[in-house]
Amino acid sequence: MAAYELIDHDYDVVVVGAGGAGLRATLGMAEQGLRTACVTKVFPTRSHTVAAQGGIAASLGNMGPDNWKWHMYDTIKGSDWLGDNDTIEYVTREAPRAVYELEHYGVPFSRTEDGKIYQRPFGGHTSEFGEGPATSRACAAADRTGHAMLHTLYGQSLKHNAEFYIEYFALDLIMSDSGACEGIIAWKLDDGTMHRFNAKMVVLATGGAGRTYFSATSAHTCTGDGGGMAVRAGLPLQDMEFVQFHPTGIYGAGMLITEGVRGEGGYLTNSEGERFMERYAPTYKDLASRDVVSRCMTLEIREGRGVGPKKDHIFLNLSHLPPDVIHERLPGIAESARIFAGVDVTREPIPVLPTCHYNMGGIPTNYWGEVLNPTKDDPDAVVPGLMAAGESASASLHGANRLGTNSLLDLVVMGRATSIRAGEIIDKKAPCPEPDQAKSDAILERFDRIRNASGSHTTSDLRLEMQHTMQNDAAVFRTQQSLGDGCTAIKAVWDKLSDVKVTDRSLVWNSDLMETLELENLMANAMTIMYGAEARKESRGAQAREDFPDRDDKNWRKHTLATVDQSGAVTLTYRPVHVKPLTTFKEGGIDVKKIAPKVRVY
Amino acid sequence: MVQLTLPKNSRMVTGKTWPAPEGATNLRKVKVYRWNPDDGQNPSVDTYFVDMDHCGPMVLDVLIKIKNEIDPTLTFRRSCREGICGSCAMNIDGINTLACIYGADEIKGDIKIYPLPHMPVVKDLIPDLTHFYAQHASIMPWLETKTNRPVEEWKQSIEDRSKLDGLYECVMCACCSTSCPSYWWNGDRYLGPAALLHAYRWIIDTRDEATGERLDELEDPFKLYRCHTIMNCAKTCPKGLNPAKAISEIKKMMVERVV
Repeated sequence: MAAYELIDHDYDVVVVGAGGAGLRATLGMAEQGLRTACVTKVFPTRSHTVAAQGGIAASLGNMGPDNWKWHMYDTIKGSDWLGDNDTIEYVTREAPRAVYELEHYGVPFSRTEDGKIYQRPFGGHTSEFGEGPATSRACAAADRTGHAMLHTLYGQSLKHNAEFYIEYFALDLIMSDSGACEGIIAWKLDDGTMHRFNAKMVVLATGGAGRTYFSATSAHTCTGDGGGMAVRAGLPLQDMEFVQFHPTGIYGAGMLITEGVRGEGGYLTNSEGERFMERYAPTYKDLASRDVVSRCMTLEIREGRGVGPKKDHIFLNLSHLPPDVIHERLPGIAESARIFAGVDVTREPIPVLPTCHYNMGGIPTNYWGEVLNPTKDDPDAVVPGLMAAGESASASLHGANRLGTNSLLDLVVMGRATSIRAGEIIDKKAPCPEPDQAKSDAILERFDRIRNASGSHTTSDLRLEMQHTMQNDAAVFRTQQSLGDGCTAIKAVWDKLSDVKVTDRSLVWNSDLMETLELENLMANAMTIMYGAEARKESRGAQAREDFPDRDDKNWRKHTLATVDQSGAVTLTYRPVHVKPLTTFKEGGIDVKKIAPKVRVY
Repeated sequence: MVQLTLPKNSRMVTGKTWPAPEGATNLRKVKVYRWNPDDGQNPSVDTYFVDMDHCGPMVLDVLIKIKNEIDPTLTFRRSCREGICGSCAMNIDGINTLACIYGADEIKGDIKIYPLPHMPVVKDLIPDLTHFYAQHASIMPWLETKTNRPVEEWKQSIEDRSKLDGLYECVMCACCSTSCPSYWWNGDRYLGPAALLHAYRWIIDTRDEATGERLDELEDPFKLYRCHTIMNCAKTCPKGLNPAKAISEIKKMMVERVV
């Protein structure tokens, strides 16, 4: 192996990732005087939070009556009863405070006539525990809410003098023999040096793994790096089979068109010009939850009612909306539709198709963001020194299906939760863990092996093979046949990883090598998605099995845990769902009768 | 006599011409700036041929196709591929723009791609933006308030909120600042259009209570007043923003507070 010099840094906390969750965690840690480093592979405002459009959920009630218990109910129903109810209560209760905090930080929210934060309806957000009309709960900055939030959080981090390590690619977690996390090693792209961050706490906030699929709304950088690192550390990923397909990705190009379009009154039509969602979801129509709408669109296309020459997509209509509404509230998607679909939204519908959008699953955590590594005796056993938040984590706020606008909420509430918990458990005076040279060497050896890989498959070929496999075999509808084939095919890609070819051997900004490291991370995610889906013999949320069309609470209301060993053997175990809310009805909590599992109709 | 020499690495040489794919009928010639910090060589311009019948429409699609299928060593930043993250800013056909929202069909003849001008190059199409980011950080890009925070939100009218339109949408791609001749000359001390647009975004936010301090910070012959209304910033902004207008608004406020 080439000699790599390690440059050591000691911190109380190292946050990996600088999207919404990473920045909110960093900020909260720094505020408490914890020595905190935020290590990120892209400049903070390039993180994929920037692309979130429609809003952030909170029961502010600025547009009409709302309360956190309705939000809690909607989230549980949205999760198809797979979410952890303690987490769901914590996040929905904290939501208004979190949004006011963002506003105080300076997020340029759109406004109501009386100067309050503007809120719009979104899929699955209702009133009166699903008995009343759709509620306006999505706090929006036009259709650029994520952008506004991310830039504001970055500014706040600067105000608190947070320390950033920008364009450092995290390679792996340093795990002690007793299973505690003691830091990370990262590769500094702009000069090729290697850095070891020794820390009392590592927070993974690395985002989703959307690029496992061929067509995704996700950025090129959404490569599930935290999941990859966790898997290599022998830790499980939870509920990975639940991959959200957003109903309205631009046909062909895949860019997101916010659900806010439907929140503002837009609707979907098939080749007969029919508003088909009225048939499938008579109450909430186009504002049913995303898994439901994506399935209905797919069914329409299958039954020959798709639009376009190949009858293979659906139209999203918004030309009936007043131009000033589009100009004021949906300017960003008007621009995207023009650039990527050649459509003037004031005159024509946007061609759309369900597109891979979000990973409900991730690194399992409790509602403080502490990472779990369940044992036989303790399904909630905590990994010392390791936390996770945001899309890379599974807390589990979203269960089997995420409601729109709950992800931005997840980032700030759970990002903050990690900092609160870290403040409680970190001893500022204690020394940092002593760096383990053998563990460090093993990480560098892997890096060196991949850097010098001279096999027969290019990174881009393997990536494409993985993406096509996931797209073909683990999409909106799944069967035993597709998933069985998928397991074989994705394992074949895993086996080829050892025969990958890296062309660029340099150390400074070697993006060929970085993409290969990212591919390994993606593959860890892809394996757990496919195998988890194959094993789960039911339909729930985003997992729609044609051979098992019903939800099976008796056998399957449980979280999947998947580990992958070096040979690519996936081991699945399960842990119970937290059905108990944080507070009882008497203490002011939700009535548990309201949240008992029932048939999910919108 | 004074000898004037060009800085190291400023002389470009002709680079490698990669073979055209066989059987393709719709080829575009793509010329790309290359520089590798490791080999001690001057920068070069490599020539690639891309089959546009099997390529996405944007310049970023062309670059990704080259990286995937022809030359994996080609290096550039990219992320969202929809014009919101600001990563893939570069000089395309002589214009600073985002490769992901710039159509290859907008370019006549060869597609020529260079890094953002007048910035140190780290490798190929990747400029060093450290100083640019530090300038953004220097304008206090956060809300400063002095009165006690309300329990709920600060109130802001629709009209006051609309003052932020055309400002908050900035994606910090650096296209504007690196297109500005004044920034090329005095970029060490002139904040440049992007940082000043951000400064104005906070100055004009009715919730902010540090307008005086913000203006004081900018009251400097270089930080603000090196803008000579050349307007390259507004012309090149891939998001259609107008930093020059924001700068002139700041200048106006400077005058207004002394008369």
